[in-house]
Amino acid sequence: MLDLVPAEIKERESLVVNPAKTCQPIGAMYAALGIHACLPHSHGSQGCCSYHRMHLTKHFREPVVASTSAFTEGSSVFGGRANLTTALKNIFAVYDPDVVAINTTCLSETIGDDIPSIIGEVDIPEGKEVFSASTPSYVGSHITGFSNMVEAMVKHFSRKGEGIKTNGKVNIIPGFVNPGDIREVKHIVEALGIEYILFPDQSGVLDSPMTGEYQMYPAGGTTVGDLRDSGNSRATLALGSFASAEAAFQLERQCKIKPYILKMPLGVKATDDFIMQLIKLTGHEVPFTLEEERGQLVDIMADTHNHFHGKKVAIYGDPDLVIAMTEFALSLGMLPVHVLTGTPGKAFKQEIESMLDEAGLEANVKEAGDMFKLHQWIKNEPVDLLIGNSYGKLIAKAEDIPLLRLGFPILDRSVHSYFSVLGYRGAMRIIEKISNALLDRRDRDTSEELIEFVL
Amino acid sequence: MIRSSSIKALEERKGFIITNEKTVEKDIKCNEDSLAGVVSQRACVYSGARVVLNPITDAYHLVHGPIGCASYTWDIRGSLSSGAEVYRNSFSTDLGEKDIIFGGECKLSLAIKELVERYQPELIFVYSTCVVGVIGDDLSAVCKSAEREYGIRVVPVQSTGFAGNKISGYRAACDALMDLIKENNNPAEEKEGINILGDYNLAAEMWILQGYFQQLGIKVVAKFTGDSSYQEIKKAAKAKLNIVQCAGSMGYLGKEMEKEFGIPFIKVSFFGIKDTIDSLRKIADFLGDRQLKDRVEKFVRKKSVKVKQELEFYRQRLKGSRAAIYVGGGFKAISLIKQFNDLGIETVMVGTQTGKKEEYREMKELSKEGTVILDDANPSELENFMKERGADILVGGVKDRALAYKMGIAFCDHNHERKHPLSGFEGVINFAKELDMTINSPVWQLLRSDLND
Repeated sequence: MLDLVPAEIKERESLVVNPAKTCQPIGAMYAALGIHACLPHSHGSQGCCSYHRMHLTKHFREPVVASTSAFTEGSSVFGGRANLTTALKNIFAVYDPDVVAINTTCLSETIGDDIPSIIGEVDIPEGKEVFSASTPSYVGSHITGFSNMVEAMVKHFSRKGEGIKTNGKVNIIPGFVNPGDIREVKHIVEALGIEYILFPDQSGVLDSPMTGEYQMYPAGGTTVGDLRDSGNSRATLALGSFASAEAAFQLERQCKIKPYILKMPLGVKATDDFIMQLIKLTGHEVPFTLEEERGQLVDIMADTHNHFHGKKVAIYGDPDLVIAMTEFALSLGMLPVHVLTGTPGKAFKQEIESMLDEAGLEANVKEAGDMFKLHQWIKNEPVDLLIGNSYGKLIAKAEDIPLLRLGFPILDRSVHSYFSVLGYRGAMRIIEKISNALLDRRDRDTSEELIEFVL
Repeated sequence: MIRSSSIKALEERKGFIITNEKTVEKDIKCNEDSLAGVVSQRACVYSGARVVLNPITDAYHLVHGPIGCASYTWDIRGSLSSGAEVYRNSFSTDLGEKDIIFGGECKLSLAIKELVERYQPELIFVYSTCVVGVIGDDLSAVCKSAEREYGIRVVPVQSTGFAGNKISGYRAACDALMDLIKENNNPAEEKEGINILGDYNLAAEMWILQGYFQQLGIKVVAKFTGDSSYQEIKKAAKAKLNIVQCAGSMGYLGKEMEKEFGIPFIKVSFFGIKDTIDSLRKIADFLGDRQLKDRVEKFVRKKSVKVKQELEFYRQRLKGSRAAIYVGGGFKAISLIKQFNDLGIETVMVGTQTGKKEEYREMKELSKEGTVILDDANPSELENFMKERGADILVGGVKDRALAYKMGIAFCDHNHERKHPLSGFEGVINFAKELDMTINSPVWQLLRSDLND
């Protein structure tokens, strides 16, 4: 397949070749796993649920459970009402979750099942919660699905308590990130001494320790109590506009909580902005731990800047991550020459281009693009480094370019989901990876007489 | 006295789970739709069709549907190719909201046009997905008109996700294949050699078989579908015999080819020494040549002596272990029980997603009293039975790996993801090696002690 990509670019209207995105329900399923003791339920055919579980299992290397309405021909003709009713009965009888989070598929959306009304008719055991998000696969991407599910959490749970002015906490919506990233965000907020409610929280769910006992509902996840209480917080910080902003806006509409839409805190500036926003809101001071981490990061950047300054880089993947990574790459003196996301949304192009403008650079930028287009760009203007998910590996192989694996999904490497790319410590890790990828390449390509111990 | 399972199961699930009691004549329930609300391991019609056809290396596999269906099945099998690499791309119409409302036929026509303009393909498979089935796009009409316009084969695969189960998808794929084979059938031509059905060249397994047949002087006409090509598939009607390995996916094609072209088929299995030898003998018997039979005997003697010696080392390290099996089809489960018996490993649980009644009967025959046999299981059933029966290893697919590890149980992949060939004589050693690597890994020791000990 590696020689199938021609350099000559012709616009395509209908054909997608090697997608840089996937469909809404998987994002919704991942978001739902961030609620404690929640069973995601997929309302559609079995295949969808099976694919999503498989994909998430491969990325996290953790068991991922979710149930399905198991549509057959009958359900797609007569509607999925009976299936969903039976499904809920069976789910509570067998799996006993605290919460069931239903996502729809292209099938159930097209036949027009009215999920909220079906839920309304079902006898739900006391103390249990069932809610749904509309996630048609033919709209947006997995990031849209994630965003829709988080917004649905707010709609269903968040309430302003009577007579309560504020609980003094800050809501944090970390976005479509790994458990390791979530732990880093918590570390920062805790270091600042700020009380918070964070959702969805997959840490402790998809990076749970091994005990020899399989737990269907591991200890982690945002509790229902916290989700409810998010309606009493003093503000909401959404980290990334694509995956998290809608939920923050919904909280504003529903409970008058002021939303702050920030970049995903990847790199120095975005992490600074995140911390400064928290300080502005609470009046707390930056503790030495964070000062120290920042200082270490800048020190590392000074030590290594010659490794990557002026290097051309292609960045692709999910929009919030790509936006933040582009900003960070610019601050490292790298030149992002191709920047692409599969997720549709004009804000992506605008945001990337305004950062490039400021840096006096030009680049190929595309939203709703595919990996084939990225490959063509690279054939026309080669880069020194690729940054993105596992799907870039064939381009990396064909063009002999190092690949820094970042984002979702990463199917061909392990342990990545335990470590953060967010915060100052995450930035240090990214620098280490970029430097090493480029230096490994240099060692490989250097002739024997020029190889050196010290670089 | 056999301990019956104490597992909490839904009343509706009870018939799908039995405990092996040799004196009780009772069939398991199987081949039915899954219950709504279960965490099923099963996939859909489209998935069945895609896994069967995807390995055809020079075909353009165009998925007509929203992006997910194409995304999750991009390079799904890890089937290897000795030539073309087209099949490793992911082509899709990426249907959007507008297409769902106004119909996706125009977009499909245009996508085919764009494929043709860019690549000059000879063969395109167009897969139907759930939503296409609902909005009612006429795939056949679009494909037919594209065939006329471009003078190439554009074959519709009727694989609407909800219209049955994975088995229906296998059939849809086989129907598409039959379409191609019929096209070039020349009854006057003299028949020769064999077709290999139901091997997908995972981790080079097809190449092992091809190597055997080459050494034995048996001509392979066409392979279905591991490392095959359009030109090769077109020739399939001239084979003398079809050998069917994965009967679940390709048994139907074997039957159809017998009906249509009079080519008989035999079921074979190249998993395990005994099955491999039996299969080679069956093929030689069928082709009926004395010299060939002698060659086979000589070949299996040489091979099996060597394998048995090597295997002894692993047998010592593995005997006494207890295994749980949960795989896609019955044929594989049967082979696995036999291989475990050979290695001195007791099978304590065996289940499949799509097994048939007669296959379950054979599993019952091969396994010991007390073995739990189950159809269309879900993770909590697997977990409970593995725990209850004290399994040391689970053989299964990718979704089960994480479950087994979490429970502190070893795991061996016998599905799409396997990285070492598990078929033929070489596969026997690879399988034993993998079992040893995982069952005897030092990591399990760590689990059994903690900081407070």
